[in-house]
Amino acid sequence: MRQHSEQHRRKRGKNIALLAVLLGMVALFYVITVVRMGGA
Amino acid sequence: MTDRSSDIATTAPIALAGEAMAGEAQVSDYVALLKPRVMSLVVFTGLVGLVVAPGNIHPVLGAVAILCIAVAAGASGAINMWYDRDIDALMSRTENRPVPAGRMAPGEALGFGVVLAVGSVTVMALAINWTAAALLALTIGFYIFVYTIWLKRRTPQNIVIGGAAGAFPPMVGWAAVTGDVALGSIALFALIFMWTPPHFWALSLYRQGDYKRAGVPMLPVVAGPRETRKQILLYSILLMPVSLAPWALDVSGMIYVATAVVLGAVFLGLAMRVRVNDAERHAKALFAYSIFYLFGLFAALLADGLI
Repeated sequence: MRQHSEQHRRKRGKNIALLAVLLGMVALFYVITVVRMGGA
Repeated sequence: MTDRSSDIATTAPIALAGEAMAGEAQVSDYVALLKPRVMSLVVFTGLVGLVVAPGNIHPVLGAVAILCIAVAAGASGAINMWYDRDIDALMSRTENRPVPAGRMAPGEALGFGVVLAVGSVTVMALAINWTAAALLALTIGFYIFVYTIWLKRRTPQNIVIGGAAGAFPPMVGWAAVTGDVALGSIALFALIFMWTPPHFWALSLYRQGDYKRAGVPMLPVVAGPRETRKQILLYSILLMPVSLAPWALDVSGMIYVATAVVLGAVFLGLAMRVRVNDAERHAKALFAYSIFYLFGLFAALLADGLI
């Protein structure tokens, strides 16, 4: 049971990190697009 | 022991009994795969290449270029750790890395590295320019295929030729601005290229037991510490004129020249001390100073570029 919660904790940590990376990429591509299109 | 070492030196990585199952790694293990300390030097030299290059780049695109360089460096580190997991497990300096320590499955490290490598080159190509992207792909390819897979386990010249991989980042930063390769950016490349052998050989002098155990033919293992000390001094002497090339090619000004002369004199002094005195602490001092030296030189280039 303990092992299960430990695995769950690790998976949750990785999922949050992955979410942060994906949101970061969305923001990155948005800013790149604005700059490349001459909007900034 | 010797038989095992020679086997390792001539074969592809072997499967280890303690390898982890997929999904066991933590976020910190993925960060460790990126070799953050190596990445910091790569990012800094790439940034300086970008700042001293003639021309302008939008600050956001400049930041994106540096991010791509950082991610590509991390990707190279991750793929290197996947390939070298067998010898990493045999060296005290590397045995606690995520894959040899059994915290991450080898395939995860490889997948992570490949995704980051392809991603960084793609973004560089789409957001910046194709020259910078091609140089970035060359950097990753050189580090993985030429250094890690081909040279590292075969020849004591591994870090001499392989050092080119670590020397490319300022050229990538430069190309991000200009879209080309110029004599000035080649001078920055040459500076890191000539700095790498004395830097790594100083480390290998006091880590040669590790390299011997892992079957990595570093110079002290193959030719002995005496020859290594001689080569360190020779490359340090060659480094001095090369360090003045950015000034000769008008990439930098007087701040850089003064810094290169002063820091270079200390570098030579420490290399001479290593040559005449075989105490381990002198090799350690040279290794530590060599990092400061490169940071100092590129900081001076940055100062000249910004003033």
